[in-house]
Amino acid sequence: MTRLLLKDVRPYGEGDPVDVLVDGEVVAEIGADLQVDADEIVHAGGAVLLPGFVDLHTHLREPGREDAETVETGSAAAALGGYTAVFAMANTDPVADNAVVVEHVWRRGREIGLVDVHPVGAVTVGLEGEKLAELGSMRRSAAEVRVFSDDGHCVHDPLVMRRALEYTKSFGGVVAQHAEEPRLTVGAQAHEGPNAARLGLAGWPAPAEEAIVARDCLLAGHTGGALHVCHVSTAGTADILRWWKSRDTAGRVSAEVTPHHLLLTDDRLETYDPVNKVNPPLRTDADVQALRQALADGTVDCVATDHAPHAAQDKDCEWSAAKPGMLGLQTALSIVVRTMVRSGLLDWRGVARVMSERPAEIAGLADQGRPVAVGEPANLVLVDPDAEWTVRGAELASLGQNSPFEGMQLPGRVVATLLRGRLTAHEGKVRR
Amino acid sequence: MRHLLSTEGLDAATATSVLDTADTLKQTLLGREVKKLPTLRGRTVVTLFYENSTRTRVSFEVAGKWMSADVINVSASSSSVGKGESLRDTALTLAAAGADCVIIRHPASGAAHRLAGWLDGVGSQVVNAGDGMHEHPTQALLDAATLRERLGELAGRRIAIVGDLLHSRVARSNVHLLRTLGAEVVLVAPPTLVPTGAEQWGAEVRHELDPELPKLDAVMVLRVQAERMHGGFFPSAREYSIAYGLNQARLDKLPEHAVVLHPGPMLRGMEIAPAVADSPRAAITQQVSNGVHVRMAVLYHLLAGEELGA
Repeated sequence: MTRLLLKDVRPYGEGDPVDVLVDGEVVAEIGADLQVDADEIVHAGGAVLLPGFVDLHTHLREPGREDAETVETGSAAAALGGYTAVFAMANTDPVADNAVVVEHVWRRGREIGLVDVHPVGAVTVGLEGEKLAELGSMRRSAAEVRVFSDDGHCVHDPLVMRRALEYTKSFGGVVAQHAEEPRLTVGAQAHEGPNAARLGLAGWPAPAEEAIVARDCLLAGHTGGALHVCHVSTAGTADILRWWKSRDTAGRVSAEVTPHHLLLTDDRLETYDPVNKVNPPLRTDADVQALRQALADGTVDCVATDHAPHAAQDKDCEWSAAKPGMLGLQTALSIVVRTMVRSGLLDWRGVARVMSERPAEIAGLADQGRPVAVGEPANLVLVDPDAEWTVRGAELASLGQNSPFEGMQLPGRVVATLLRGRLTAHEGKVRR
Repeated sequence: MRHLLSTEGLDAATATSVLDTADTLKQTLLGREVKKLPTLRGRTVVTLFYENSTRTRVSFEVAGKWMSADVINVSASSSSVGKGESLRDTALTLAAAGADCVIIRHPASGAAHRLAGWLDGVGSQVVNAGDGMHEHPTQALLDAATLRERLGELAGRRIAIVGDLLHSRVARSNVHLLRTLGAEVVLVAPPTLVPTGAEQWGAEVRHELDPELPKLDAVMVLRVQAERMHGGFFPSAREYSIAYGLNQARLDKLPEHAVVLHPGPMLRGMEIAPAVADSPRAAITQQVSNGVHVRMAVLYHLLAGEELGA
């Protein structure tokens, strides 16, 4: 078994630096100036030590669009971004709506070994919103699928959504909803507001998200099923979640916000550069501020990247032809530092909560999002909180280069990531 | 490098200069049997149209030819675009083949801006001939030229734009340009056809046409764009016509000097009564005629004269 010594780290950014000995797959010892034998020593210089990040919302594009991302390149991006587990969305080609496809993705993740890849199963066959996919078969497969989503599409039929929540309840599944009322977003290209109207882009109104979230909360309460709201983007949705969670019968409703919805606004439409095109769209500054508050007070449970790499030709085109989506895995931490930590809304324990502990709890992962403590699994991330770096899409590990943060100087950087005691990334390089 | 992509941001001096040039060109060609100027000899102008259009493309083509440019028409359906070539590759191909100016009509808002970004590095210029629901700057310029001829200076004039504002690139371009030239603009449409935040454009927004009529110097009637309507924006064509159609009774409520414009094609009987469209107070054919001179002026400023604001 490999012994790895992390020297001068600050768990949760608190107290004086300590040393952490990782023996095999677990944290074996924590103390000041440990004098122990180790196969490798990482000198951290006071870096913040947190539980490894868990992303509930990643697009790995394999199978089908391996020119945009593969399980391998996405895993590398995840490790470099501090993640030890990612949930790979089902909108691949073929769709991950059966045991064969989810097992393929899961197996590729295991072979590569940089991050735990948990496939998300589609809720409905072909993401078409009409007939439930074989949810139980995917749960019983080797991939042990826990989270189901038609992401990219909304399960808009209320009866289908009700049945999905009821059916997955029997095996502890979670239905992750892309909340978008399709009749209100026909042809939509950008947040419905003055900017889109002036630029001639058809609007995606906030109530199209809020109406579905409200409906689904009611269905979750009625059925007792577990609902997870994907990529919350509006202040109104935060209000609905806050109201719902204030009730005694709140049930199992959770929600995520993306880094880009915590920072960027629809002011970025001005250039018509499709790197800013995402679904749900970038919204207003009032929405951004409300989402930050909602994440800080727990109304929104966690950060999820919605990492969505695209091939160059799918972005270097006119706005309406471009595919929605942005890179996120390698910039998520820095955006959280910039929007939540530097603003005082979250401390490092808060970061651990929203990027690791809550997502692991929501998805039912037993060995992720665990405390930094002796005897716990060594799924860890080391963060240099003072580092500043400039985003260069071409230097990111993803095959797609569609980062909206291109050229932006960001604070905080991942120094190292450990998956079950093994370094998967260190000083900006993947370790295999 | 500058292009003509929108009227938003086009300053009054530049816009007036284009209109003055158009006027000069019109006077120069007036009565000539052979309408040909040597100004753009040796320059290559490509019209790249991804949407069907008769009046706009012909207008640009005539403008280019009257100035002795080599004009090449490319339509999306009969080119490599039909084989799936991207806009970017098509643009770079045209530039590599020597296009000095690409005039683009495209169903996607912002397509002309994207094209300009790709062509900035290779020296070709771009004219937006209509991009989605965004802008149609030469239409606004030809409307302004027509209004100047009919009304004189536009400063202080009150002009209504009536109809499908939501989907109209003509409306967006006209609001910006008319305001830049000092006119008051009032937008009239049912709430379902008013873009979000239109009141921030510096124009008044009204939902009833009749009270506005006696105060107007001009009415621009917009085409109701049924092809962009995915839902019921108003109950019926009849109800729309009753509330917003420019009929004889409404024409009679306008001041004597007031002018009626329509960018075409017209839905006669719904947006505008045939008698109104054909009346001497309508300047619709004058708009078409002025379109050629305005587009000549735009090409002149881009390819032979001073730069235009982006």
